[in-house]
Parts: sequence; C-alpha cells; structure tokens
Amino acid sequence: MSIDIDTARRVAKLARIRVEEADLPALAGELSGILTFMEQLNEVDVTGVEPMTSVTPMRLKRRKDEVTDGNIQAQVLKNAPDAREGFFAVPKVVE
Amino acid sequence: MSANTWTIAAARDALRKGEISATDLTMACLTAMDAGDALGAFVHKTPEIALDQARAADARIKAGDAPSMCGIPLGIKDLFCTKGVPSQAASNILAGFRPEYESTVTAKLFEAGAVMLGKLNMDEFAMGSSNETSCYGHAVNPWKVDGRKLTPGGSSGGSAAAVAGDLCLAATGTDTGGSIRQPAAFTGIVGIKPTYGRVSRWGIVAFASSLDQAGPMTKSVRDAAIFLQAMAGHDPKDSTSADLAVPDFEAALTGDIRGKKIGLPREYRMEGMPSEIEKLWADGAAMLKDAGAEIVDISLPHTKYALPAYYVIAPAEASSNLARYDGVRYGHRAKLAAGDGITEMYEKTRAEGFGKEVQRRVMIGTYVLSAGFYDAYYNRARKVRALIKRDFDEAFANGVDAILTPATPSAAFGLGEMSSADPIEMYLNDVFTVTVNLAGLPGISVPVGLDKQGLPLGLQLIGRPWDEGGLLNHAYVLERAAGFVAKPAKWW
Repeated sequence: MSIDIDTARRVAKLARIRVEEADLPALAGELSGILTFMEQLNEVDVTGVEPMTSVTPMRLKRRKDEVTDGNIQAQVLKNAPDAREGFFAVPKVVE
Repeated sequence: MSANTWTIAAARDALRKGEISATDLTMACLTAMDAGDALGAFVHKTPEIALDQARAADARIKAGDAPSMCGIPLGIKDLFCTKGVPSQAASNILAGFRPEYESTVTAKLFEAGAVMLGKLNMDEFAMGSSNETSCYGHAVNPWKVDGRKLTPGGSSGGSAAAVAGDLCLAATGTDTGGSIRQPAAFTGIVGIKPTYGRVSRWGIVAFASSLDQAGPMTKSVRDAAIFLQAMAGHDPKDSTSADLAVPDFEAALTGDIRGKKIGLPREYRMEGMPSEIEKLWADGAAMLKDAGAEIVDISLPHTKYALPAYYVIAPAEASSNLARYDGVRYGHRAKLAAGDGITEMYEKTRAEGFGKEVQRRVMIGTYVLSAGFYDAYYNRARKVRALIKRDFDEAFANGVDAILTPATPSAAFGLGEMSSADPIEMYLNDVFTVTVNLAGLPGISVPVGLDKQGLPLGLQLIGRPWDEGGLLNHAYVLERAAGFVAKPAKWW
C-alpha cells in the first residue's frame, strides 16, 4: 500500500500536526515504507482468531462511582500555558 | 571503591551495619553525577531532594526501620511524573511541565526510603532505540572502543548510562518493545521488564498502554530482585495492575535450577546473525545446562511477524495517548498568528513540540486507525498478536520453564550511525525483545560476555507470566556462571 501526497496531507490533518506542503512528498515516502513493512502481516492466516484485547485474562476491576477529590482548581490549572479566571484559555472557538 | 560503584545489596548491608550513612552514600553519587555530565544521562538534577531524602533515610535506619531500598540513591527516567520536578518524557511538548502529583512507582520507592538524584535522559516519549530522539540531546554509552561515542541504547538510554557509569546505584526504566532490556545489554547491566500488570503504570507518561511496563535497571540480578520488590504490587489507580500478591523475589535466588527446562526458540536464529551473538547464545545455554537445566529446542512460529504487528499496535495506541498534548492544559503552546483559531493552535503546537520520530509514529497510528484501514491493519495486528502469545502459551504448556535468546542483534553502535538509515533499520533492534511485550511476559537481560571489540553483550531470559521469581533465579545462575565483571574504562 503506498501513500500518496493527498493521503499524507489528510493523515497529518487528522493527527493535528502541521506539515508544510514542501515536506509532504518525503512524509508520504516514509509512511509508505513503514506500511510496506507491515504488509507482511497479510501472510498470516488469522481465520477464526479473536483480536487480543488484554494480556492476561483478567476481569477489569470495578469501583464505586464516587467523588474522591476536588477543590484543586489551582493545581489543575498550574501547568496551563494560558489560564484566566479559573479557566483554561484558548483562541476563540465560536464566532 | 567509592560508594557510588556499589550494588544495592552491598549498600543496604553497609547502611544497616552503620558502615556508611545514606547522606555520605548520596554525596558520593552526587559527586559522580556532576562529574558525569559528558554521559548526558541526568537531565534534571535534584540534589536538594536527594539530601533531604538521605537525611530522612538515616533517621529511619537509626530507628531500626529500614526497608531494603532505604537510603539507596537512584536515577529516575524522565517518563515518570515526579511531583514538583520537571517530567518531560524528553519532549519539547512537555517543556516546563512540573506535575502536581507523584507516579505510583516513585511514590512507592520514596515510601521505602529511596533517594532520587535526578531525572534521566531517554528517547522522546520512549520512542527510539538509541536515545537520539531526546529533546535534551543523546546520552552516551560509558563503554568506548575507539574514538567513537556509542549509543547506550534506548529508550531508557540515560538510565543505562547512569547505572553503567556508576553515577547512581540503580535506575528506573520502562519497556514497551525492549526499552529496558536493549540498553541494559548495550551497557553491560541487568534490566528486567516484569509481567504486564506487575508494576503500576499510574503517573508514567503513556506511550502504548497495552505494552508499557516499568522495571529496574541494576548492576546485578540480586539488585533487580530487591528493586523490583519495591516497585511491584497492585494499585487501584491502574485498572490493568494485577491484584496478586508479590512474592519475595530475593528469596527466590536459590541458585538451584536443576531439572528446569530451558527452551531455545529456533526462529530467533536470524539470518545474518553475527557469529559472536550465536556463540554467546550457545555459551549461555551450556552454562544453564552445566547448572543442571535441560536444554530443549522449541518453536515460536509467529516470531517474524512480531515487529510488523508491534509497529501497527504501538503507534496506534500512541496516536490516541498523545492526543492529549494539545497546548491547552500543560506544556508547550505555539505562538499564534493573527486570525489563528483553535485548529491552528493544535497543529502548530504539535508540529513544534513533537520531534520527527514521534510525529511519524503518531501519523502511522492515525492512519492504521482511520476509517477503512482499521480492520486491515489494526485488527489484523491484534489477531497476529494473539497468535504470538499462543506460541508462548504452548511452549510453557509443554513444560518449558524459561526461554533463552540473544538480547540484541548486535553490540552498541555509534551515535549518528543510524541517522541516515531507514526507520525500519532502527526498529530491527527490538527484534528479540518485542515479542515479550506483545505476549505480556516477563523478560530479563543479563550481561554475559564481551565482543571482540570489547563491548558488552547480553542474553535474554523470558519467563512464565507472574513468575519473575523463577526468571530472576535463572538469570542469577546465568550471571554467576558468566562471571561478567568488566567495567567501562572511565573517560568522562
């Protein structure tokens, strides 16, 4: 499976990573190389095999759905690049 | 010998006998750490925290309340969140991030009295096998053969360099495809990746959540047993952590493996494998046989599909995990141009913050999870993963107690030597280790010999799920038989 420039552009968009137009051909080439390596998986007969979802057959633990902390607004915002009046600040989203 | 060169076991015994104080032991390591900057191992030093913890450890030892790790100076991989201390996963996207919380592993270590000297270099987000993708610049292997600087391996390259260079007694590492075992082999130390679920992942920056597991990197197998004991155990904050009792790993080191069955998988005899690696492997098998184990040939037929399956699954999980780095809640945010909206903010932030290899893997992961390709790539890889695990299950069901393989396809290579290579070339470093992560098994790398240039080579032992005790005991026998005592000549 080879990735063309349009697909590379679309993947970069989906991943929310800005890639300059001039860099798209190289990216498409690299991604194609890696996908070709993955094509080997098509040699394996996987009929009737369930996809592996967990390493050990273990039931996920359940816990009570209850509040265990809170009132830590300052801590939550402490590492934010831009926090104002108790909120994370971002560029305008809604006109 | 200066105390920074000691093993954990020797330091523990000396501390308990009062032959050295935790403060003096820590001072010896801080001095070695400062003299070791050329190794590029420590990227955030925390001497004040270390000395506070050492003084507290001295008080505990005096009071007769000293667990094994009390007063032991450690390096902590930058992937672990440490409260108030930079924790960046060697990425510019987490520049300036100081967690408001402590990872479960470091919290447990500190409760046991361990001392943190600082944070250690690594590949960015643990994606790499040479420590060259780090935003801090590479770490350097203390082992040298000529004028060249060699990689300490990766992703836990700073941890390996710090332990092998005696800047600390031991270090934490994490292993998603070989990131503890490959650097351990490249630097002549011991590294164990426990069974998936043995050690809590809470507070460790996530790469591929179904594969990531933390473990110790140490100067001896006994140290690995002592250190792992303090890291392991159930954690309600990690739903994949196993609610199983943790056995006494050090007590498991009996040195008796008579009657145990050791499997040699024929599929690990790769075409073009250097004869030195082949010989090392045969020598290791002979050592275990001399100790009374039975050596059997086994087959793990899906081995060759492990790397391609891994390079679908790990990037897929990484693309989801790394979606959180959006420039909103922590870390770097790009400077925006007039009129830029939130999408431009995400795209510019992630383009500036993530390095090339991380971007590549996030995009591969995005592609294999995208509509129309999910079944062809991701689901197929998960099915192949089930077959790889089944291969191991069958070997163990046939009575095999442990599996012996080479740890790496070569000794450490030169920094920069792989930079022009295809990314796949670098991925091949993980060929012997990645199967173990896919199957969730415990694996340990033990230094066994030197190659003809004088660089360390390691062998890997793979154990049954939850049998780290048995695995460590096999490793202990191999370590004693190999008698690996070589140390790198100090050049830094």
